Amino acid sequence: MKKKMGIVQFPGSNCDRDLFSFVTKKGYFAEFLWHKNSFNESDFEALLLPGGFSYGDYLRAGALAALSPVMTSVKSFAKKGGPVLGICNGFQILTEAGLLPGALIKNQSLRFQDQWVDLEVSSSGTYFGKKLKKTIRLPIAHGQGRFYLPEFDLKLLQDNDQIWLTYLDNPNGSMANIAGVLNREKNVAALMPHPERAIEDWMGSKDGWDFL
Amino acid sequence: MTKLGVKIMPRKVILDSQGRAVEQTLKLNQMNVQHVRVGKFIELEFQQNKNDALIEARRIAEKVLSNPLIETFEIVEME
Repeated sequence: MKKKMGIVQFPGSNCDRDLFSFVTKKGYFAEFLWHKNSFNESDFEALLLPGGFSYGDYLRAGALAALSPVMTSVKSFAKKGGPVLGICNGFQILTEAGLLPGALIKNQSLRFQDQWVDLEVSSSGTYFGKKLKKTIRLPIAHGQGRFYLPEFDLKLLQDNDQIWLTYLDNPNGSMANIAGVLNREKNVAALMPHPERAIEDWMGSKDGWDFL
Repeated sequence: MTKLGVKIMPRKVILDSQGRAVEQTLKLNQMNVQHVRVGKFIELEFQQNKNDALIEARRIAEKVLSNPLIETFEIVEME
C-alpha cells in the first residue's frame, strides 16, 4: 500500500499545495493536517511543515504556529522517531517549537531575498534526501533565514553531525553558512531553501526531487 | 486588575537590523543620535493581584513572548 505523508497547514502557509503536488508526484498519498486539530500519528509515514507566513509572522516567525494544537501531535510523532521535515517557515516553526536547535533571524542584508543558491550536502544521516548529490541548486525566498546559535551550541551541532546543508555562497549571514539542520536523533530535518520549487527541469533545477 | 508591560530587546550579540536601519535613516536626516536599538513592548492585563500577575507575566514572557536565544526581556509595572 502507498504510504501517506501529512502536510501541516497553518493560517498563512503558502507552499502547502506545492508540497501536496510534490508528495503525490513521488507516489505517496498526501493529507493536509489543519492547525486546530490533532491527528492519528500512526497513519503517517512522515510529516511536512510548509513554507509561508504562519500567523503573519506575528511576534516572531513561527512562534505562534509552534503553539498551535496540531503541534502537540507533531511533537509526539517526532519524539517517537517519526520523520519530520520543515521548509522555510516550517524550519522557523520547528526551532520555535524546540524540535530543532537555533533561531532564524532577519537576513544580514535587511532584505527579503529571492534567488537561486548552491548548497553542499554535509550530512546524509536523515530520512529525507538520502540520495542527494554532494552539491545541489535550490531557490530561497525568505526575509528571516539567518541561522543563529551561540558559539558553544554550534560546536555541539558540528560534533554531532547535525549540520545538514550549507550555502556555498552565504546569502543571508547564516552562522557557519548553515542552510539546514537536523535534530540530535536525525529524524527532524529542516532547511530554508525550497526543494518543492525545484522538481522539474522547467523550474530551473530538479535537485529538489530527491528530498522525498 | 493589574497591568504589566513586557519590554523585549534583541540580545547585544545579535545584529539588531531594525535598529540599524532606523539609526541610518535618522543620521541621514541630520537627527542627532548616536545609537539606536529597536525592541518591542507588550502590555498585559491580569485579574490577579500584583504578585500573582508578576509570576504569570514572567512565565508568559519566558515561554512565548521572547525567545531567550536571541532576546532578553524585562517586566515593567504600569500605573
